[in-house]
Amino acid sequence: MNGLKEKIIQNLIAENRWKLFLNGLGITLEVTFFAVLIGIVLGFIIAIIRSSSKYTFKSATANLIMRVLDFICRVYLTVIRGTPVLVQLMIMYFVIFASSSNKVLAAVLSFGLNSAAYVAEIIRSGIMSIDGGQLEAGRSLGFNYASTMVYVIIPQAFKNVLPALANEFIVLLKETSVSAMIGLSDLTYGANLIRSRTYEAFFPLIFLALIYLVMVMLFSWLVSKLERRLRNSDR
Amino acid sequence: MTDNNILIETKGLKKSFGQTEVLKGIDLKIKRGEVIVIIGPSGSGKSTFLRCLNLLETPTGGDIYFDGNNLMDKHTNINLHRRKMGMVFQHFNLFPHMSILKNMTLAPVKLLGFSKAQAEEKAMTLLKRVGLEDRAKSYPSQLSGGQKQRIAIVRALCMEPEVMLFDEPTSALDPEMVGEVLDVMKSLATSGMTMAVVTHEMGFAREVGDRVLFMDEGVIMEQGTPDEIFNHPQNPRTQSFLSKVL
Repeated sequence: MNGLKEKIIQNLIAENRWKLFLNGLGITLEVTFFAVLIGIVLGFIIAIIRSSSKYTFKSATANLIMRVLDFICRVYLTVIRGTPVLVQLMIMYFVIFASSSNKVLAAVLSFGLNSAAYVAEIIRSGIMSIDGGQLEAGRSLGFNYASTMVYVIIPQAFKNVLPALANEFIVLLKETSVSAMIGLSDLTYGANLIRSRTYEAFFPLIFLALIYLVMVMLFSWLVSKLERRLRNSDR
Repeated sequence: MTDNNILIETKGLKKSFGQTEVLKGIDLKIKRGEVIVIIGPSGSGKSTFLRCLNLLETPTGGDIYFDGNNLMDKHTNINLHRRKMGMVFQHFNLFPHMSILKNMTLAPVKLLGFSKAQAEEKAMTLLKRVGLEDRAKSYPSQLSGGQKQRIAIVRALCMEPEVMLFDEPTSALDPEMVGEVLDVMKSLATSGMTMAVVTHEMGFAREVGDRVLFMDEGVIMEQGTPDEIFNHPQNPRTQSFLSKVL
């Protein structure tokens, strides 16, 4: 029992090692937060472009622009989903950010751009799940296409895909752990550092896993609360 | 457009889906305050014709004049005209994520610049008219089919339209709920609303219609007063259709 206590102290408290966890946690949360933000905004834009590309607009120019944008989006999705996120991260940091050493920004951009591709497909599946009559009802009242999307289609689509979206963000949060590969001092990096100092793998890694687990559980709980609120109309 | 009494006029209206020509040139004038009932077998093009009137389907040829404006003109902003053309669908198409009151006030507030209070007052008045004022706070999923369709009608009326288009409004309803919806439509017709109704309810067509159109194979085969169509049909297709449904 004494040995256990000693080891915990050695791995977590001695030399302020908990600070490695705390600072790492801060970086992990920072990267995740901004990556989610990029993912949502860009993902929504891509989803709307992709699901509007089949729609025939009145002006020929609008149709042409939509088709070009749709093509760009499809290339983007193919590339992002076709390559590992770790490779994307390394390209971002060692190639694109070669002359800079802003690891946080490189990680935020990599994970954000990566997540956007998945978010886009999730949202698009949500938009496609909405009955065509909803768009017609909106249009028949006099709303233009964009307003109908904003007031009628997107809110319903969002509600339908919320579980899938939450899943994507849980994956993203955990995925940021690979950014130790570019030397970003995130949570995983901190735990690993302790392991290399104390020659003790068990406590730092289990503690690391616990922190991720608690964060994910907290997030899941928040999402389920939101889901319940949005389900008001389904009673 | 010279005759100010004509609200909607179609000239040679055509619509094809791929190789299939669904509408083969429809000419029709709808007068203000007139109730037009369109009947005909499935696949006759009657729903497509109705949906062309507010450009939910884009016609492949011909012209549509609404209140003197050619809706087929590239420079016409169809959104402005749709505000004045209420539409009721077979499957209601209420917005399930909004309360009944929100369903009804969304468009007047966002498009007509009504204040929330104004729009809600108008909505409540209309809800009272169809006997559903106690459902204002409900959501569509909590209503029966007949109630949903009555809400869909008053949602369209909130925009103060000049014409109401009904696309088989009772076809998706349980039989015992058809009556309550038809009653609302009848009182709307009595109030002088211009209406175009695609329906299989022959009783309604006979009782409420000012003019009945029989459509088949993408053309208007015959039209006339309910008495002319139902009691003295001239066209053999009309006769054969009516003998099957009456």
